[in-house]
Amino acid sequence: MAMKREITVTVNGKQYHSSVEPRLLLVHYLRDVLDLTGTHIGCDTSQCGACTVLLNGESVKSCTALAVQADGCEVTTIEGLAPEGSLHPIQEGFWEKHGLQCGFCTPGMIMASYQLLKDNPNPTEEEIRKGLEGNICRCTGYQNIVRAVQYAAEQMRTGTAEPVGTGD
Amino acid sequence: MGIAAMLGSPIKRREDPRLITGQATYVDDIKLPGMLHMAVLRSPYGHARIKSINTEAARNQPGVVAVYTAEDLKGAVGDVAVAVPLGKMTEGMGIRKPLAEGKVRFYGDPVAVVIAQDRYTARDARDLIEVDYEPLPAAIDVEKAMQPDAPLLYEEFGTNVAFSMHPSTEEIDKVFEQTKADGGVVVKTRMVNQRLAPVPIETRGVVVEYHKALKTLNVWSSSQIPHLLRNILAATVGLPQHQVRVIVPEVGGGFGCKLNVYPEEICAAYAAMKTGQPVKWIEDRSENLAATIHGRDQVDYVEVAATKEGKITGLKIHGISDLGAYSQLFTDVIMIAFGFPVSCGAYDIPNIYLSGDIVFTNKVPTDAYRGAGRPEATYIAERAIDLVARELGKDPAEVRRLNFIKPDQFPYKSAAGAVYDTGNYEGALDKALQIADYQNLRAEQARRRAAGNGKLMGIGLSSYIEICGFGPKGTAPVGLYESARMRVEQSGTVMVYTGSSPHGQGEETTFAQIVAEEYGIPVENVMIIHGDTDSTPEGRGTYGSRTTAVGGSAVYEAAQRLKEKMKQIAAHMLEASASDVTLEDGKFFVAGSPQKAVTFAEVALTANLSNTLPPGIEPGLETTVFWEPDACVFPFGTHVCVVEVDKDTGEAEITRFVAVDDCGRQLNPMLVQGQVHGGIAQGVGQAMWEGVVYGEDGQLLTGTLMDYAMPIASELPSFELDHTVTLTPVNPLGVKGVGEAGTIGSTPAVANAIADALGVAHVDMPFKPENLWRVIHQA
Repeated sequence: MAMKREITVTVNGKQYHSSVEPRLLLVHYLRDVLDLTGTHIGCDTSQCGACTVLLNGESVKSCTALAVQADGCEVTTIEGLAPEGSLHPIQEGFWEKHGLQCGFCTPGMIMASYQLLKDNPNPTEEEIRKGLEGNICRCTGYQNIVRAVQYAAEQMRTGTAEPVGTGD
Repeated sequence: MGIAAMLGSPIKRREDPRLITGQATYVDDIKLPGMLHMAVLRSPYGHARIKSINTEAARNQPGVVAVYTAEDLKGAVGDVAVAVPLGKMTEGMGIRKPLAEGKVRFYGDPVAVVIAQDRYTARDARDLIEVDYEPLPAAIDVEKAMQPDAPLLYEEFGTNVAFSMHPSTEEIDKVFEQTKADGGVVVKTRMVNQRLAPVPIETRGVVVEYHKALKTLNVWSSSQIPHLLRNILAATVGLPQHQVRVIVPEVGGGFGCKLNVYPEEICAAYAAMKTGQPVKWIEDRSENLAATIHGRDQVDYVEVAATKEGKITGLKIHGISDLGAYSQLFTDVIMIAFGFPVSCGAYDIPNIYLSGDIVFTNKVPTDAYRGAGRPEATYIAERAIDLVARELGKDPAEVRRLNFIKPDQFPYKSAAGAVYDTGNYEGALDKALQIADYQNLRAEQARRRAAGNGKLMGIGLSSYIEICGFGPKGTAPVGLYESARMRVEQSGTVMVYTGSSPHGQGEETTFAQIVAEEYGIPVENVMIIHGDTDSTPEGRGTYGSRTTAVGGSAVYEAAQRLKEKMKQIAAHMLEASASDVTLEDGKFFVAGSPQKAVTFAEVALTANLSNTLPPGIEPGLETTVFWEPDACVFPFGTHVCVVEVDKDTGEAEITRFVAVDDCGRQLNPMLVQGQVHGGIAQGVGQAMWEGVVYGEDGQLLTGTLMDYAMPIASELPSFELDHTVTLTPVNPLGVKGVGEAGTIGSTPAVANAIADALGVAHVDMPFKPENLWRVIHQA
């Protein structure tokens, strides 16, 4: 076992100091060390995108990043996308348009959609499909995911999007 | 919502808030105090003799608690369960030990497990285990595996063929001769339904906890079958059923591959019992592709005879099912029990001949994958129709129309054995053709062919049927019922404990809709609890598109039973006769006098709290229903696929996909459409891209998602959906099932479109550019 390294990472606005093995994957750091289990692991080889998180505001696949690479960085996971008890317009879109079934790819799909809409707030269907190429869903056939992203884009463009309660 | 959610409303799923916020609990999210991690050492060979295993270095690694091999498990745990062993399997052929004994028989076959304090240590130690293998020639191609000189997986049986059925061909031969004599045609082809990987995005996983003092085992598993898993695992590890509790947390997709009890679950249970500490095992994707069951893998020799008008007179199928190296739960019966009975598809085919061989090869076992046998059977029937149409120069839509079972023929007993409940196949075909604007598509195709340049355009149809809602009494080794325990709390909240076990289908929503509709109460007042064998009544699990038809019917019947009791209590409260009391919009009243009513909640409160209930009425409101269907249900529909193939590159693109499906009554159309979308994507995936590939030596060449081509968003078109509604009398809800329909119907539609585009009789899947280019440039 290699010597541990000290890292400081801000995750969802909260700063953590941790001592980790250099080989520890970022996704294992988030899930096993910080107990943020909303980020999932689907393939280990960067194909499926279930592990997508934002690193300094850019989407990355956390199964192929090391925790030490996040030292000094800000990470946003699905748990931190919207304030507690409310939904981000993208989350709302996935609920509204039945953009998920088993839900396992969903956190990564939502984080990838966040990047997509940041880069292109008014995407066509083709651009959405192209933009989500790095995220695999086995349940939905993607059709309602496209609709969910379109819904979110509309909400975010018109700026009427207020945080939505989860109904709890 | 606030008001009663009528059945048939596209209400949003109640499952979603936890799933879209990262708050759901899947099995890998479970952490128990003192929990150990298991890593599995797997065979790097397709076929090899194990000469020795040295685990010493692994055992001595800091943080390692135990290493187990087959030697340790001997006598302590039983074999991997097989539901219905056929032929030589009854003598032990293909029966699997949880860890390989003496030989490994496929790439990924588990050889040893390491139990360690964390997952990284477990994997490090796994790499320190030394296994001395003597590699053996592998049997990979299923037809070569049947030859006398093939390498044998089970030498003592002298063959790789586990079971054969070869009835006399005398009668079908006569039919074929007569058809030819009458001026008809006989068309033959060989078709391969390639091996697929199910690939739920959540791989398999299990956490097992053992209480030594109580001798109880708690098992959290990503499973489609909590009760079967409990019953089988209890028997395998030698505990009474009541000492095993299975909890199925959130499940990230199953598609049939979690309808099994796997060696890893047995090993984790054994390890937890030996160490006294909880043990977690989470499969990685490479393991998932190598060691979780695969689907399909069937070679079929098909002959179809038809009159010169196109009426099919006979269908002759010889199927060869590639079982892989061992039998899992349903491996051996997929083709024979689930495929063969629906071989006639939607067509009134008077004569059918079915023969088959099921054969072991050095690959991971096949088993149920979305559709399980039915996609293969449908592929044959739908391709056969197109072969006839091509041979006779007729429009495939018209050949379908000519051969359809007509609405007045139901219930219809097919020559292949299945009894179909209801259907209007021509109605779905007409609607699909209309949406696709079929005549114009054909006209455009004719224009483009005449012009002779540009991409090759193809149009394919598939008028599928599906058998689901298993299953009627006496058709399986155990009763295939579903169950519902229902309790109305004093608050008026209805608690429903279902034996079914969803993994993405949205049952928490649709089952609540059934109850809300029956009682006229807000859907929020109905709680659906599933996936815990300690609290839910015995069920058979969620697979085969059976959950709404069978599990939903149990919920419906439970609601009826409690409604009757509530009427008696309401009658007492209203000082009326129970037979006069009616329930509407959440209120009980004497028919005709709605102004004097008691609410559902008031009756619930009285039933649970009153000490003045009339004689003969037990306090409380609780019942358990076990519902077993008398017959199967048969969803159907027509899919239309339009493709364009680039002659120079062989690249195919699906430009349109129209699907008209009929699953009977739709409880929540939004969820029905979601199932159809996902089903089509999987069926299209088989046709276009997917395929498990092994080298001749048994190496898995599609071992990661870099090599196994999953459908992605940019490669799929937007599907155009519509439906017809043909109710079934088989269950009180009139529902059929829709989980597999998209997958079953779509694959042949794509295949027919590709053959049409290329102007050839048949092309084997997947339709990758290289494969199509070869066909185009051979012609």
